[in-house]
Amino acid sequence: MTDILKINENIIPKFPKHVRFRFNKARKEWVILAPERLVKLDPIAVEILQLVNGERAVRTIANELSKKFNAPEDTILADVKEMLQDLSDKGFIEENG
Amino acid sequence: MDDVKKQTNLKKASEHGIQAPLALLAELSHRCPLQCPYCSNPVQLEKKTGELTTDEWKSVIDQAVEMGMHQIHLSGGEPTVRHDLEDIVEHCTNKGLYTNLITSGVLLNPDRLKKLEKLGLEHVQLSFQDTDNDNADRIGGFKGGHAKKLEVAKWVREVELPLTCNCVVHRQNIDNLENFIQMALDLDAERVEIAQVQYYGWALKNRAAFIPTPEQLDHATEIVEKARIDLKGKLVIDYVIPDYYAKHPKNCMGGWGRRFLNMNPKGDVLPCHAAETIPHLKFDNVREHSLKWIWENSEAFNIYRGTDWMPEPCKSCDRKEIDWGGCRCQAMALTGDAKNTDPACSISPLHSEIFSMAAEEARRAPPEFIYRRYGVRFNSPI
Ligand code: SF4
Ligand code: SF4
Repeated sequence: MTDILKINENIIPKFPKHVRFRFNKARKEWVILAPERLVKLDPIAVEILQLVNGERAVRTIANELSKKFNAPEDTILADVKEMLQDLSDKGFIEENG
Repeated sequence: MDDVKKQTNLKKASEHGIQAPLALLAELSHRCPLQCPYCSNPVQLEKKTGELTTDEWKSVIDQAVEMGMHQIHLSGGEPTVRHDLEDIVEHCTNKGLYTNLITSGVLLNPDRLKKLEKLGLEHVQLSFQDTDNDNADRIGGFKGGHAKKLEVAKWVREVELPLTCNCVVHRQNIDNLENFIQMALDLDAERVEIAQVQYYGWALKNRAAFIPTPEQLDHATEIVEKARIDLKGKLVIDYVIPDYYAKHPKNCMGGWGRRFLNMNPKGDVLPCHAAETIPHLKFDNVREHSLKWIWENSEAFNIYRGTDWMPEPCKSCDRKEIDWGGCRCQAMALTGDAKNTDPACSISPLHSEIFSMAAEEARRAPPEFIYRRYGVRFNSPI
């Protein structure tokens, strides 16, 4: 693991190798899977995480979501940062680079 | 054990509102070159000839996915003794199960790890007995084991597999706790699991050799708490304290038959890896029933599901749906009846007697280990 990551809008987030963001067909739900960890996600988190691909920066993710949901970008950006920071603190998100 | 005979009207999983299990702990084999005296395997170890075949495991995996399980833990004994481990891993990842290997590592080599990684293995949990080389080898009963494990950890990271160090701590290594954490950092692990010995099966036979004093434990908890702050975002530290010294018992397995399935090498399906220590339970086998049928109907699951089976003090306790009365196997081991309140609970009428005995053992010099071996006989039941 690398040093503590502070999420800002320029960071390009990705899932670490051992973390899987997956759709469980039988249960019809998105989850984050890691060793001994299972995180169930609310619909907003799923929207955000579906845009995490190791290429988009946090800013881009917020921008796309604000268009999709027709919502103010700065509120969305704050939400995206907060959620990714939380996941990063738990080891589920890291920076690409 | 009068409650055992008339089980016809037990409520089933769906009637408890219980959904499909989340993860499968697959004990591929009980064979293991190590002999840890706290091994969670049953005292009666299964022989190679009784083990499920590759195709039988594949069918189990298919069923697990259909049921909606997320993860599989390939465990043992030592799962790498099986030459078809590669086939099994490949099948798991093809089906989309998160695949975790729980191993002592001593049988692995770089090529095999590389292959497993290619086939989609997602994570390796490597067990360590101590950070002190000689003591580690003594505890595992395997000379050269510790040095080999350090090498294996490097190979795991070389193929970029994420690593968890599993460290079982007890009075004979708990003073090295800081070293365990440092070792995990040095080995570039993502996560370290620090678990106290849980006392049933082999471990209960060796309790006096393992149980730490309350002071050792407090100190350990302090170290973990500090390290968790210092290493936040760098190393995940999972810490399981022995519930002997906790106020309430652990929420064992998230409740009996609520979240997890355990399969032993011959295909018996158990609510937890220690369930075979409860002598009156009859387990259903995947050679006779589907996994789904077993989860729903198996008596071994339904008998302690929910709260109907509980006697006092659990019955009228407001924590009964939080910890589900604690661990059935521990209740069995320590009170002789699996439905009793887990005596780790401070409310249990047997708590003080049993735990002052344990604390007393902790103050005395540790006895010799009884090593995990095939065919060991014990003179005294417990
Ligand atoms: S606890 Fe030790 S003896 Fe038991 S399976 Fe694990 S490595 Fe083998
Ligand atoms: S009495 Fe039973 S339900 Fe209440 S805390 Fe103790 S073990 Fe849990």
